[in-house]
Amino acid sequence: MGELSEFPLKYRLFLKTYRWRRIEPVPWTPLKKPLRDCRLLLVSSAGIVASHQESFDSAIRGGDPSIREIPVDVDVSTLIETHRSKAFDHTGIRQDPNLAFPIDRLRELTDAGRIGSLNHRHLSLMGSITAPGRLIKKNIPPVIPRLIADGVDIALFIPA
Amino acid sequence: MGLVAAEFERQGISTVSIQLLRLVTEEVRPPRALCVPFRHGYPLDSPNDPQKQHAVLAAALDLLENQALKPPAIIDFRR
Repeated sequence: MGELSEFPLKYRLFLKTYRWRRIEPVPWTPLKKPLRDCRLLLVSSAGIVASHQESFDSAIRGGDPSIREIPVDVDVSTLIETHRSKAFDHTGIRQDPNLAFPIDRLRELTDAGRIGSLNHRHLSLMGSITAPGRLIKKNIPPVIPRLIADGVDIALFIPA
Repeated sequence: MGLVAAEFERQGISTVSIQLLRLVTEEVRPPRALCVPFRHGYPLDSPNDPQKQHAVLAAALDLLENQALKPPAIIDFRR
């Protein structure tokens, strides 16, 4: 459960020997206002796409660095999980996409006043990207100013 | 995901990341991380169980509000 031991040997070896990129220094933006006044962005790396969108391309070496925007009013039951990893059980997310893209839960939190609002668009990425340079240096930087213009204050990241 | 979260944090958006492997989280060091004891494919515990999913989300949101935390804040989820 959340341990290396859940994976077959070849994945355990990879996870132990891969040269993870260490964030140094670690950036920090303190919360600027109460959560009840914040606009939240959801970022999932479960490789989720909306029914009208292209799947992530599992043939791209190092992982597909493209980004999908998922509208806030999406019907979660129509989302499709396309995560490329064969190392874990996909049935839970396929049964209930809220498990990795909890937009229904976040709507409930907004209705309850725990968070101020949800952004009108959310982000879906592919996980298990072994060559993250294109995503980090090329694809993500132009997206963030647009999200700031949307009024996003906080971002919640959820893996698969 | 931690690397992406760091880019957001550098540009002024507060982030919290749910993480499944503490070993990797300690290597990468995202700004705020909630390490959950679930297997991959189940980051919010159980499908079709809003109560359990809300428990994880509540703990993640609490990290955003906790002004005593310092980076990197890597916190274990307690059921």
